[in-house]
Amino acid sequence: MASIASIAQVCKSKNAGPFFFTIDVVFEKKEMFERVRSTNVLNAQLFADLYKVDLADVQFTIYPAALAFKATVPRRIPAGEIGDSDVYGAQQHAPLLAVDIPINDLN
Amino acid sequence: MTEVRLLSTTAILGYGFPEDSLKRGMARNPHLIGADAGSVDPGPYYLGSGKSFASPRAIKRDLQLMLRASAETGVPVAISTAGGAGGAPHLEATAELAREIAREDKLDFKMALIGSEQDKAFLARKAAEGKTRALAGLPALGGETIERATRIVGLMGPEPYMAALDAGAQVIIGGRSTDPAPWAAAVIRAGLGQAEAWYAGKMLECGAEPALPKKEDCLFVTVTEGGVECEPTNPIRRCTPMSVANFALHENSSPVRHVEPGGVLDTTDCIFEAVSDRAVRISGMRWEPSDRLTIKLEGVELVGYRAVAICATRDPVLIATIDPYLVRVREIVAEKTSAFGIAAADYELVIRVYGRDGVMGALEPYKGPLGHELCFVIEAICPTQEQASAVIAIARTTMLHSDFPGRLCKEGNMAIPFSPSDLEAGAMYRFSVFHTVEVDTPTEMFPIRYEKV
Repeated sequence: MASIASIAQVCKSKNAGPFFFTIDVVFEKKEMFERVRSTNVLNAQLFADLYKVDLADVQFTIYPAALAFKATVPRRIPAGEIGDSDVYGAQQHAPLLAVDIPINDLN
Repeated sequence: MTEVRLLSTTAILGYGFPEDSLKRGMARNPHLIGADAGSVDPGPYYLGSGKSFASPRAIKRDLQLMLRASAETGVPVAISTAGGAGGAPHLEATAELAREIAREDKLDFKMALIGSEQDKAFLARKAAEGKTRALAGLPALGGETIERATRIVGLMGPEPYMAALDAGAQVIIGGRSTDPAPWAAAVIRAGLGQAEAWYAGKMLECGAEPALPKKEDCLFVTVTEGGVECEPTNPIRRCTPMSVANFALHENSSPVRHVEPGGVLDTTDCIFEAVSDRAVRISGMRWEPSDRLTIKLEGVELVGYRAVAICATRDPVLIATIDPYLVRVREIVAEKTSAFGIAAADYELVIRVYGRDGVMGALEPYKGPLGHELCFVIEAICPTQEQASAVIAIARTTMLHSDFPGRLCKEGNMAIPFSPSDLEAGAMYRFSVFHTVEVDTPTEMFPIRYEKV
């Protein structure tokens, strides 16, 4: 097993407008991107679970041009609303870092 | 025109850029110099308060260099989403800086100010006609929401910028705009395609953000039929096929479908080719026009006034019992505030626990042991500042002095980092309007005023 933190080149989050977070995972090499893709661990259901939203509300895109996986999920608290802790949405990627991908050979 | 050259100076006007990068860009004879000056990202406060999130000093520095470059060459300058949020006070503040610069540097130019703040009666009429639609699961746009809003802006597309360029404006200060709008305007006006125009705008909206290493700087884009070429003007930066492709992920819900007024930019089949070790050509973008012309609205309303206190504990006994302690603090605060006439229903008291789940809140997956210290950011939100300040003062002292089981630190539970201990944060707003409105023409919501500066 390999955590996203140990194999991704970029794992980041950001607002996509005041009502959504968008989370990107980018790989450096095409080979690793394809291996991760083939495990199918990164999918809409994973993001629904991590961000506690309905599956139907997750917009999930695999974007081979940038060797990236992208998910956009509704914010539970809109940006700047009472109780929001992350106005820019830039620190919402953390739960993804610990996600394990069933890959053993990292070479 | 078979080629349009565009120079974006920085990610946000006021974020800065090296003067040399601007010079290198100007040497390549751009048709337009510009910078986006706003974003919805810093939250609802800036639209509500009429203030900018970049400082006037920093904005003036960037604008001054751009206006000087424009005066020397005759190349028009476009600033979009002026002053952070594009409302009337934001537009006026940026225009005033432009006038001040003109006086200081003895420049004269024709300036266009494109308004984007919306008339409430116009929006109420559109809502009543069923011509508005809610985004992001918000309720339908009703008269009350419009009435309550402090300020509502519409996001203009390229057409108002095209009109200002047609009228010979040398300096264009635009209100709230969809980020690529001024760039797309220059490309469409030159007779090149919508797909290339919008893609060019997407590349330029954040300055050198599609380049590596990342830092606020200038980006030069050359648009020809069927393609867009990007190159940072600072020789220490470069665009690579991957850095450019990656930028499609930035702040968008989808990297391949970008919804804009009048259509959708589809980048599914884009091809990214290195044309040198610093420049990348993108081709294969498509534009799908929509059958209805809609303009996105952003609006905010006042929630109340906020006061904040920050404190931290280094006491392991308190950390071990922090949850029941915070419950007890809330009870004591409610008791004390009601004694001086503020009921618990009159305020919101938020206590963030940094070191535990201050960032992720209920989404925090880590359930392990807590660290050796915890930081609390306490905020009170009330209908008036005086009330919020009264609540936070009681909450701060309650955090500092309330008893808990096993307490050894009997002189105080919290380290308070400064005096005064409480901060008055002023008005607080929320996003209340995030809707689209159907319009007959792409310019009707965006009046242009011309001024000889």
